[in-house]
Amino acid sequence: MSSGVSVSSSVLKRASKERAGYLFILPHFIFFTVFFLIPVIWGVYYSFFNYTLFDFEFWGLKGYAKLLKDRYFWIALRNTFYYTAGIVPLWLIKALIISVLLFPFGTRLQTTYKSMFYLPHVSSLVIISMIWLWIYEPQYGLLNAVMKLLHLPTQIWLGNRFLAMPSIIFMQFVMGGGSTIVLVSAALAGIPPSFVEVARIEGANPVQIFFKILLPSIKPIILYLVVMGTINSFQVFTQVYVLTKGGPQFATTTMVYQIYYRAFENFDLGASLAQSVLMMLILVVFAVIQFKWLGGEVEY
Amino acid sequence: MLWQVGVIALLTVMAVVSLLPLYWMIVTAFSKPALVLQFPPKIVPMPPTIENFVEITKLKNLLRWLANTAIISVSVTGGGVFLASMAGYSLAKKKFPGNRVILWIYIGSMMIPMQVTLVPLYILVQKMKMVDTYWALILPFLGTPWAVFMVKQFMASLPSELIESARIDGCSEWGIYAKIIFPLAIQGLTVLIVITFVTQWNSFLWVLIATNSVEMRNIQAGLSYFQELYPMRYSDIMAASTLAAIPMFIVFFSFQRYFLKGITVGALKG
Repeated sequence: MSSGVSVSSSVLKRASKERAGYLFILPHFIFFTVFFLIPVIWGVYYSFFNYTLFDFEFWGLKGYAKLLKDRYFWIALRNTFYYTAGIVPLWLIKALIISVLLFPFGTRLQTTYKSMFYLPHVSSLVIISMIWLWIYEPQYGLLNAVMKLLHLPTQIWLGNRFLAMPSIIFMQFVMGGGSTIVLVSAALAGIPPSFVEVARIEGANPVQIFFKILLPSIKPIILYLVVMGTINSFQVFTQVYVLTKGGPQFATTTMVYQIYYRAFENFDLGASLAQSVLMMLILVVFAVIQFKWLGGEVEY
Repeated sequence: MLWQVGVIALLTVMAVVSLLPLYWMIVTAFSKPALVLQFPPKIVPMPPTIENFVEITKLKNLLRWLANTAIISVSVTGGGVFLASMAGYSLAKKKFPGNRVILWIYIGSMMIPMQVTLVPLYILVQKMKMVDTYWALILPFLGTPWAVFMVKQFMASLPSELIESARIDGCSEWGIYAKIIFPLAIQGLTVLIVITFVTQWNSFLWVLIATNSVEMRNIQAGLSYFQELYPMRYSDIMAASTLAAIPMFIVFFSFQRYFLKGITVGALKG
């Protein structure tokens, strides 16, 4: 008798637990589905349409073909590669140098410096870009003032086809990389001290310790940083919008800037969507390549 | 010993170079406008003045932009963290059919760059007649996947025995969540709160897309508008930038360790 009652009450309890599981996740999942999943699916779906202010008709892969024949698409892709290939390694090198330098010191000091390097991240990209717009100002900006003081020729940093993208990369290099530093630092801290001790006892010098012990030990985090760094850098937009609006002569037009431009200035939604789908595919391919190239035996 | 001093000196130089532009922003903000556009530039404003700040507050929209930003940031943080904490708790502690599937949907979606969603999200917002409203700037961010993931990671480490014993004591599911889980999780949730708040404060591209009227912009998009309107008024632009950045600096210094913790969550196991 009593066992029958307890069995059904535990079944009821389990059912109410499960129902609670659904209920707790439901509100979030609804917002997620409505404002993320559905847009993603729509985005892919509409990318197969000729979707502009005046047209709305299905044309399959024609939109993609048209995009791939557009030389400006390839310019944007090239520029984005340029930016990514510039900033990802530079940030990694900066982070490695700073983390290794910080390594021997106590937590208090490490946190202070890490915070200093992270601070620029907290002010927005808009603000940082505004500051550098001012620094790069040809007549009265700080950088050209320094150039004059050093008797070097002044430049139109953001107006010169060849200097514009390096200027953006330079700005990112100086101000950014804070989170990369924190991650590399944390990874270094995770290396068992005995590794380094043994190497030191066996007479290895710091350079050897760095390349043969430290670097290989933090390979997983470096892989993570390269993959995430590529994905994030590929999406560069704000700096381009504030500093150069894609110019001069499309020298700094990047993928996301062009995706924005096609949709909201040209009103060619179909092309914009096709480009964003292509960008997503490119990033997936990149991630796979990077995993294979750097991954090796890394289990992530 | 000398070696250590040398390293510290080097690190300090690097940190100073990193922060120099921020210092320059403040210098320009406190300099007389006429003295800003000159060569050679003055490294310390002599005499310092607050006239730029006074000038920009006379601007029709500056305070409105700041208010918008505050409204959006607080709403998204409050609502988003609340929803994510419930969802993360559910994924971490509750077993129900389909919870693996849902988890993998969330994880998979984190790989999708948000630009794929921008245009269709705009179309959606348009159909819902929410363009140029606070709703368009708040609602899309209440269901972010990474927030749930972060909460799940954190809550998985909370003791399940506590939940079990509360349940045996007859506590309702909601009671367990509100009285036991939530207070325990506050520490971990603070990371999410701080990161969400700053992300929303600094949001730019979506605001640019979702707003038509200048008054509805947040401070970032407003700054951009101001700069486009008055390209050479750098003393004012820097003053406005300083105003926009200061709240985030305050948040950062108050919650430093939460920021640093937040960066490592998800990247490193445990």
